Amino acid sequence: MSGYGADAPILIADELRHSFGRVPALQGVSFDLHPGEVLGVVGESGSGKTTLVRALSGELVPQGGRVLYRDREGELLDLHALPEGRRRRLYRTDLGTVRQNPRDGLRMTVSAGANVGERLMALGQRHYGSIRAQAEDWLARVEVDPDRLDDVPAQLSGGMQQRLQIARNLVSGPRLVFMDEPTAGLDVSVQARLLDLLRGLVADLGLAVVLVTHDLGVARLLAHRLMVMQHGEVVETGLTDQVLDDPQHAYAQLLVSSILPV
Amino acid sequence: MSAADTTTAGAAPAATVEGYNFAYLDEQTKRMLRRALLKAVAIPGYQVPFASREMPLPYGWGTGGIQVTAAVLGADDTLKVIDQGADDTTNAVNIRSFFARTAGVRTTTRTERASVIQTRHRIPETPLSEDQILVYQVPIPEPLRWLEAREQETRTLHALAEYGLMQVSLYEDVAQHGRIAKTYDYPVEVAGRYVMAPSPIPKFDNPKMDRNPALQLFGAGREKRIYAVPPYTSVRSLDFDDYPFDVEDWSQPCALCGATDSYLDEIITDDAGGRRYVCSDSDHCGKRREAGHTGPQGETS
Repeated sequence: MSGYGADAPILIADELRHSFGRVPALQGVSFDLHPGEVLGVVGESGSGKTTLVRALSGELVPQGGRVLYRDREGELLDLHALPEGRRRRLYRTDLGTVRQNPRDGLRMTVSAGANVGERLMALGQRHYGSIRAQAEDWLARVEVDPDRLDDVPAQLSGGMQQRLQIARNLVSGPRLVFMDEPTAGLDVSVQARLLDLLRGLVADLGLAVVLVTHDLGVARLLAHRLMVMQHGEVVETGLTDQVLDDPQHAYAQLLVSSILPV
Repeated sequence: MSAADTTTAGAAPAATVEGYNFAYLDEQTKRMLRRALLKAVAIPGYQVPFASREMPLPYGWGTGGIQVTAAVLGADDTLKVIDQGADDTTNAVNIRSFFARTAGVRTTTRTERASVIQTRHRIPETPLSEDQILVYQVPIPEPLRWLEAREQETRTLHALAEYGLMQVSLYEDVAQHGRIAKTYDYPVEVAGRYVMAPSPIPKFDNPKMDRNPALQLFGAGREKRIYAVPPYTSVRSLDFDDYPFDVEDWSQPCALCGATDSYLDEIITDDAGGRRYVCSDSDHCGKRREAGHTGPQGETS
């Protein structure tokens, strides 16, 4: 984690704007993300968090602004301006997206092994044994019993589905992962173990992560830096501890003070 | 069997119906079809949209194949129509008589005598030649359809040659069944580029498509798509390095003609579990028997 700010940013969001009819979802959101850094995005429902992830992950073309990604060669690419083929290739090699609902991020009709192997096959791997071995290895790394390799996601628990989704994204060795509420909908003990796993993986692989969450506990555990959003605007940004312990903006103060004392 | 050979040696069939253009479709429609066919031949394996017409039979009975046949048929052509390899099934008999009556063309059951062969579910066992056209009836032209329901997305996948999804389905087969379990409509890669559905032919016939001297045309009437494999084009069946493509084989020869190298149908003969295997290609089987080949039950038929 040392010196993660030293390198040039891997991701630059530049004045992102988007609105749904009269409802503004993003009103000029900008930030830099450096290699190996975890940026937490917090805010209440409707603050534009999910729209931000969708704009970053290529699912939605923002009405204004640019998303710049620095590739392995150091070239800065405008993701939404790239030719479609190149953009799609980037999104399944260098980038990953973990969605809140595993059903949106998994192929529900094929086995866990096929889910993990999909990116490998998309990249041209054609050796069944080798693809299967890699899928098995990744299941083990996300702490899912490799015996479940041939089960379809519906046969897995919610926590396992979420782990599977993480493995499916990480198998291609991405450098940047977007996570939209990865632990929402899981019970507290499962959440804790998944967070532990995520923290380990992020540190081991040196991943840069944009982590959207409404749970400040999750943010405190994983994020190096926090960005507080309200009504599609960034109202406060800073180191996680700083924001959580000494919030400056009124809304951030409200958010922090609303954590239930346990 | 050979009685089914309706080759009428040059003479037009007596009962040509009045009031229809040659081969039923009007000339403008045939031009539209030919333009689509030319594009399809120019881009092997690419699905070309076309304005499929209402035909005098229901979708699913071969309307795509019939339109393609109508567009390529000339007065000098000899037409053969097969359904599941046989010339004497309802579908084949009716399509053959349709063109005999609306185009007055000669028809035949002999593969080597035909210049245009319309087929459903089989490629003839007799090797085809450069002056023949094979027209396939296609129910679902999109090989990715069962994996990706959105048309826009499948078109994008084809455009970008992103065929990982197809491989995922093969992976799933091996994971669940220990082998690639697809036995018909087995996906192929044409000319090293487009992945194509070969229509529901058995995978036994897939190798016959590869570098075939004949022109192969595919018509899907309901789905309004035409595609093609030009002569001598490479057609590779998708597989894994460690689970290579292979074709079916049978433990016994054809019961009628004794052939060991043709595609066999299993026929239930009684209620006591009796069954026998016979060639699905009736022309091939008949010719072999005429030439004196006999299978284990050849005399009883």
